Amino acid sequence: MKLDSKVPSGPLEDKWSKHLKDIKLVAPNNKRNHDIIVVGTGLAGGSAAASLAELGYNVKSFCIQDSARRAHSIAAQGGINAAKNYPNDGDTIWRLFYDTIKGGDYRSRESNTYRLAQISNEIIDQAVAQGVPFAREYGGLLANRSFGGAQVSRTFYARGQTGQQLLLGAYQAMMRQVHEGNIEMHTRHEMLDLVVAGGKARGIVTRDLVSGEIRRWMADAVVLASGGYGNAFYLSTNAKNSNVTAAWRCHKRGAGFANPCYVQIHPTCIPVSGDYQSKLTLMSESLRNDGRVWVPEKKGDDRHPNDIPEEDRYYYLEEKYPAFGNLVPRDVASRNAKIVCDEGMGVGPTGRAVYLDFADAIERDGRKTISEKYGNLFEMYENITGDNPYEEPMRIFPAVHYTMGGLWVDYNLMSNIPGLFVAGEANFSDHGANRLGASALMQGLSDGYFIIPYTIGNYIADADIDEIDTGHEAFDEAAENAQQHIDKLLSVKGDKSVIDFHRELGQIMWDKVGISRSEEGLKQAIREIRALRKEFWENVRVPGEASNFNKYLEFAGRVADFLELGELMAEDALHRDESAGCHLRKEHQTEEGEALRNDEEYAYVAAWEFKGVNGELQEKLHKENLEFEFVELKQRSYK
Amino acid sequence: MADTFTIHLKIWRQDGPDKPGKLVDYTLDNVNEHMSFLEMLDVLNEQIVAEGREEPVEFDYDCREGICGSCNLMINGRAHGPKAMTCTCQLHMRNYSDGDTIVIEPFRAKGFPVIKDLIVDRSAFDRIIEAGGYVSVKTGSAPDANSIPVDKSVADTAFDYATCIGCGACVAACPNSSASLFTGAKLAHLNRLPQGEPERKRRTVAMVEQMDKEGFGDCSNYAECEAVCPKGISISAIAEMRRNYVKAALAGDEV
Repeated sequence: MKLDSKVPSGPLEDKWSKHLKDIKLVAPNNKRNHDIIVVGTGLAGGSAAASLAELGYNVKSFCIQDSARRAHSIAAQGGINAAKNYPNDGDTIWRLFYDTIKGGDYRSRESNTYRLAQISNEIIDQAVAQGVPFAREYGGLLANRSFGGAQVSRTFYARGQTGQQLLLGAYQAMMRQVHEGNIEMHTRHEMLDLVVAGGKARGIVTRDLVSGEIRRWMADAVVLASGGYGNAFYLSTNAKNSNVTAAWRCHKRGAGFANPCYVQIHPTCIPVSGDYQSKLTLMSESLRNDGRVWVPEKKGDDRHPNDIPEEDRYYYLEEKYPAFGNLVPRDVASRNAKIVCDEGMGVGPTGRAVYLDFADAIERDGRKTISEKYGNLFEMYENITGDNPYEEPMRIFPAVHYTMGGLWVDYNLMSNIPGLFVAGEANFSDHGANRLGASALMQGLSDGYFIIPYTIGNYIADADIDEIDTGHEAFDEAAENAQQHIDKLLSVKGDKSVIDFHRELGQIMWDKVGISRSEEGLKQAIREIRALRKEFWENVRVPGEASNFNKYLEFAGRVADFLELGELMAEDALHRDESAGCHLRKEHQTEEGEALRNDEEYAYVAAWEFKGVNGELQEKLHKENLEFEFVELKQRSYK
Repeated sequence: MADTFTIHLKIWRQDGPDKPGKLVDYTLDNVNEHMSFLEMLDVLNEQIVAEGREEPVEFDYDCREGICGSCNLMINGRAHGPKAMTCTCQLHMRNYSDGDTIVIEPFRAKGFPVIKDLIVDRSAFDRIIEAGGYVSVKTGSAPDANSIPVDKSVADTAFDYATCIGCGACVAACPNSSASLFTGAKLAHLNRLPQGEPERKRRTVAMVEQMDKEGFGDCSNYAECEAVCPKGISISAIAEMRRNYVKAALAGDEV
């Protein structure tokens, strides 16, 4: 496996424009002769499919949901960053770039991150032109708010439903192209394998989730936009159907998996209430603009929060980080919540929660203003917990939210398999070891609207693509592989439910590959995951049949993949003997408990090459060294 | 830990689109108030799988936070159950008491054929959007986002209509199985914004006609749709849709 990042030379601010100038084009009348498969219809996949179809390519789009409009990007709440500097508070492209690379604890590629900041402004223009109803000021112009890890207000938002509104914009752009006949849409189809023929990605194999039919699809290039792998932890803020299967099967076909251990734990989620719990609900980080995080100063103080006087409260973020206060980056906020709970100051029935208090904000701005900003989040909280956050503080706790790792891609967002492009959360590209709030929407749309439509043309113009059809042996092999995997799952006929295996895996991951990690714990996790995987293949019970709608069967396939990925995540976390961003190794902390990097030895992207799985997962490590030409590496400080 | 209680369920089971269906009885003894409605069904399915006599109940779900629009259950005859402005996935068992019987059926409509058990085919909604539910703007051709100011109240109202999650409760609740609230909401979102104005007439006619083609009925102002809409979308959208449609289609305007 060769890792060539293909970053253009020259000054940082000129790289992308220079690259665009050098890029080869496909003539308009020729584009219709090229088929492109796009897997996933979230912000990255939806925007890529729409933009590629507008350019004239024949696009085949696939999603597992019953409609392209339901991809999990829809659940993003808070907002999307852009360096518009509309508030005139000194924002620039450089500042957005710098905040992002610093927020990622200097573990991302300078060139990609800078490009993301450059493109950010165009995304806002595009979305507004599509009719996305962003929040506005009384003067009729767009409103902004601030988010963690930044000292400017650069976040555009549509109440607490920014992801929904941006996704519907992309979905509608897609539907326009379906109407024009440029996109062939396949809903309720799950990608089960990548077809690599002649060394190039040439198609996919899917399962029709209604009929169970295994189907083959050919193209000149494949765009994978299948999202992240947070559900390896079972409980996360991801949708129930979010999974790693499409990406993992690409990995097993040779695509490098980069930085799998970089997992973002979001600080503001509703705490776990019981065993039956199926997912965790995020309360947008935007709440930290107005909410104050605290715990009782005395351990085991079981007074009602409203009865605890000011002097008995510990506003730990404000005290420890006076410059950023409640708006420290997510990894810092999550870690500190864990620390105060570990010290016994946690609240609620489980002691695994902290308060997020709006009393001061309501007194200052009035209930109406707070309701306009966060109304739907407050309702959601009340619905789930039965408590009213206008009257008493919310209880929150960190939960797995986003995965910065993903398939390795070069500057063109192409993986090491020619013709396989990877967009959005599914790639590892822009966020380093920690993603700042309101940057996921920005990255998904940047990849899909403004990067892949150009770089894919450059690939197609140059690639020598053989004439084959879906009867090619590579298709036969992939289709048989997919079918055999399904038959194997159904044939175990054991005693233990798919969900039990998933929950057990999640517990291992949360305890040992979660907020803080240690050599000993990670080694233990690897042993436990191997044993669980062995037990899975001996004792899983998958009900129903292959040739029918069968959600348990879908989930079984996904859990089987999480059981392999989980080991790689632990392996990657173990090998990275430093702390960086979200990856906190207990052995490597500053005196204040912050992540302590080791730039001498670990300033690289770890890309893993799949070698087989036989009891143990076999993976080979490849390194892409990160060179910092334009920023100076520093210890992050939010004090 | 909260006390557990018992719930009786009558659930619609149907093997496939052309197969007969029926209500089947189940009892769950270990329900607690903090469970969501769908978590209660997860627990039921685990019980069914453990017993091994029949296949688990199929139902659609994804985000489980009330925004993706996947979940769609008719609960005791009411789309998304008893709580106003609440999706099935956001409904919690604290709304029920020990010994209650709950009837669970799919969202029924000619435009939503059953696929299996509680799962229906809502692709008609995609085709209505396909007909015109967008602003025809190519990637990369947009002017600066602040070049066209939009009155805050107009933007806020557009947002209120744009919050539709496409779940189909409006259709399921309507005695005519009309998709007017769904269609009207998208029209009311796009038609009132300056960005959507140029295509207003064409969009309105195309989407209304597609809605008819899909076999959804007409609106007779029952307002059941508004009552069950988990996002609280106002039926004013329907009046607005009709006004625009009449103006565009019947007044002989070019569309």
